[in-house]
Amino acid sequence: MKAFGPYIKLILALILIVFSAVGIAQHTDVQLKVLWTDALVYLLVIALLLFAIQAKSKEHLRGPWRHIARRRIAMSAMVVLMFYVAVGLLDSVHFRKALERQAGQTQVHYSGEVLSLLDVVATALRERQETTYSAPFATHAYTKEMLEVDGRQVRDFPRLNYGGAHLNNPEEDKLSDIVANSSIALLEALLTSAFFFYILSVVLARNRKTSVREQAIQILRFRTELPWMIMFLTFMVLLLCVFLIINLSTKYHVFGTDKVGQDVLYLALKSIRTGLVIGTLTTLIMLPFAVMLGIMAGYFRGWVDDVIQYIYTTLNSIPGVLLIAAAVLSLQVYMENHPEMFETLIDRTDMRLLFLCIILGITSWTGLCRLLRGETLKVSQVDYVEAATAFGVRHFNIMTRHILPNVMHIVLIAVVIDFSGLVLAEAVLSYIGIGVDPAMISWGNMINSARLEMARDPIVWWSLAAAFVFMFVLVLAANLFSDAVRDAFDPRVSRSQ
Amino acid sequence: MLAYLVRRILYALPILIGVNLLTFALFFVVNKPDDMARMHLGVKHVTPAAIERWKQEHGYDKPLFYNPASETGNAFTDTIFFTKSVRLFIFDFGNADDGRNITYDITQRMWPSLAIAIPTLLVGLLVYITFAMTLAFFRATYIDYAGVILAVVLMSISGLFYIIGGQYLVSKLLHLVPISGYATGLTAIKFLILPVLIGVIGSIGSNSRWYRTIFLEEINKDYVRTARAKGLSERVVLFKHVLKNALIPILTGIVVILPMLFMGNLILESFFGVPGLGSYTIDAIRQQDFAIVRAMVFLGSVLYIIGLILTDISYTIVDPRIRLGGS
Repeated sequence: MKAFGPYIKLILALILIVFSAVGIAQHTDVQLKVLWTDALVYLLVIALLLFAIQAKSKEHLRGPWRHIARRRIAMSAMVVLMFYVAVGLLDSVHFRKALERQAGQTQVHYSGEVLSLLDVVATALRERQETTYSAPFATHAYTKEMLEVDGRQVRDFPRLNYGGAHLNNPEEDKLSDIVANSSIALLEALLTSAFFFYILSVVLARNRKTSVREQAIQILRFRTELPWMIMFLTFMVLLLCVFLIINLSTKYHVFGTDKVGQDVLYLALKSIRTGLVIGTLTTLIMLPFAVMLGIMAGYFRGWVDDVIQYIYTTLNSIPGVLLIAAAVLSLQVYMENHPEMFETLIDRTDMRLLFLCIILGITSWTGLCRLLRGETLKVSQVDYVEAATAFGVRHFNIMTRHILPNVMHIVLIAVVIDFSGLVLAEAVLSYIGIGVDPAMISWGNMINSARLEMARDPIVWWSLAAAFVFMFVLVLAANLFSDAVRDAFDPRVSRSQ
Repeated sequence: MLAYLVRRILYALPILIGVNLLTFALFFVVNKPDDMARMHLGVKHVTPAAIERWKQEHGYDKPLFYNPASETGNAFTDTIFFTKSVRLFIFDFGNADDGRNITYDITQRMWPSLAIAIPTLLVGLLVYITFAMTLAFFRATYIDYAGVILAVVLMSISGLFYIIGGQYLVSKLLHLVPISGYATGLTAIKFLILPVLIGVIGSIGSNSRWYRTIFLEEINKDYVRTARAKGLSERVVLFKHVLKNALIPILTGIVVILPMLFMGNLILESFFGVPGLGSYTIDAIRQQDFAIVRAMVFLGSVLYIIGLILTDISYTIVDPRIRLGGS
């Protein structure tokens, strides 16, 4: 019973979340809408939680994680990743609002517009739409229009509807207004982080049974076992960014606006989910095949091995981009000819995203499969596996109980290393036109549409810059974290270095 | 050796057949030729007669596998499967949607692709090895540490950024070279410099890091310790012993991509307007020209398999202990 304790807690927590979600939904007149990728994201989160519980109780799994937890860069990267994940998860809860009930109507009708929690949080960004391009912090539009000034027709840059609309005299007041707002943000960030620092000290002091003051000094002097101070500093920087955005983006367009006047910051935030979904779901989808086929090839050998090797050599021999292109083109034709299967726009874009993940999964499982086959060939020679065979343990049990745990580190390393490559691949694929649906918000689509505006003068650079910066921070954090994971789990790397 | 080669080529056949069946399934079974026609002609307002005409123009008006009503009496060869898929094996790629001969286009367009790919490979090798050697020379110092961090940062930047940034900086601000285009002969150089440079910079992070690992692995081997024990200086050890031996995995690792150089770099060529096979492929994808995509898939797999065979051969050349085909 004791072994199941953590699982029961988890299940209870999940039940609580589901019930509260349903409860909130009933009281606020919204209808939850679970997209396909949403469901898979939830599944992934549950799987990760189960994995964490599992790892907590097993020393051989806890060791490497503890090793990672002591690395400064890795933990700093993890804080950044958590931030992205938080935004991505907020954007993975979709619902539809109820329309106002007409007189005499008994049934509740829901709006066709599907929103996510992130959309609600970023309502200010989403709804303050301009008419066309505007530079970051601009108060005037990018293109000239016919305006009426003192009864005369003048061709000039019009004021933006929202960006800096509160200023009476933009040329003079803008800078001081931005500085004032930034200082407020700085102050807020400092206060909030001081509060969090206190909580951190209290929690750590309780665990260590020392005084809060002593614990705080320990953290400030980088003397704690885990690099709390580094994590805290990273957190502070992120918090500052959040407060700057909160304070400034309600008055200006911090990253400017795009062609149709949408706030670029909003687009960049929405893209986070797309990037994360491609980076994680692709691996989640291909993992069962790669693991099963890889282990089977290495364990059974003979004709099973031949067949599996044939399959992955064939798939491998097609250049990845072309296989993806071929599959996506077929999919496009199929979707075009079966419009009845996809009710709304968001259903269609979501389906396309899922298919893209599946196709990327098909092209990327071969590498992992080959590694697993090689490792299984080695592991199945080990004494305890031979002993299990001699005892007449069934093949399935030998593979899942004895071989799988011994090759898990390869799977884990492959998963974290693949992530950043997939996020980058999305941008390239969208450029070629075989990525996510053009209607879906993603960094690739942002870059693709902004690329055409490079020739304009003055140059429209902000969309590109925002997409590249958001993508760069995510990929850099993922790369730094995956390095630590590889060092910790790869037995060939000696831990002492 | 010859027996081995013959066996490898025979072994490649089922793989090519597999590739062929897969693309055939993707293009003709999942979507019927009717769907393709409708896609090209526009989904709405399309008459059955227009579809039939489109299919006839492009040779899709036959049954998939078996044609009992064939006029020439060849029930198996007068089918889509035979004319569109089997004929790829003799490198007869047929015509593109705009009526041009694909085989001719490929032979014309592979030269610009090579003009970018080969300099990129050579310059790249030189740069990556130099960078990695420097890091290995200063291993476990702050220079090495900073270099690795720099490599990770470079790795994390999207390849599109290098291209767009490079085009903007070099061509638009500094006006050093034209933004895009291509010419034949020596004038091509000014069009090629920037794509080659960007191609090299784009993969500097991952490659240098990988080569550094290879160097470090080599440095920890016994013969290096012996060389040091003989009193050789660190410089001699690194450049005479380590470099030579580390080049073996580096060069054999490159052999597999050599044939693929023909295929060109999709993104670079398309951004710089180079009329190579990469931009040919991208244009085909954008115009949904399935005939070209199928031809490129087949060509790509053939080149990949040639690369694998070349790799095996190169192993026997650099390492005489490996014998092919014999037990």
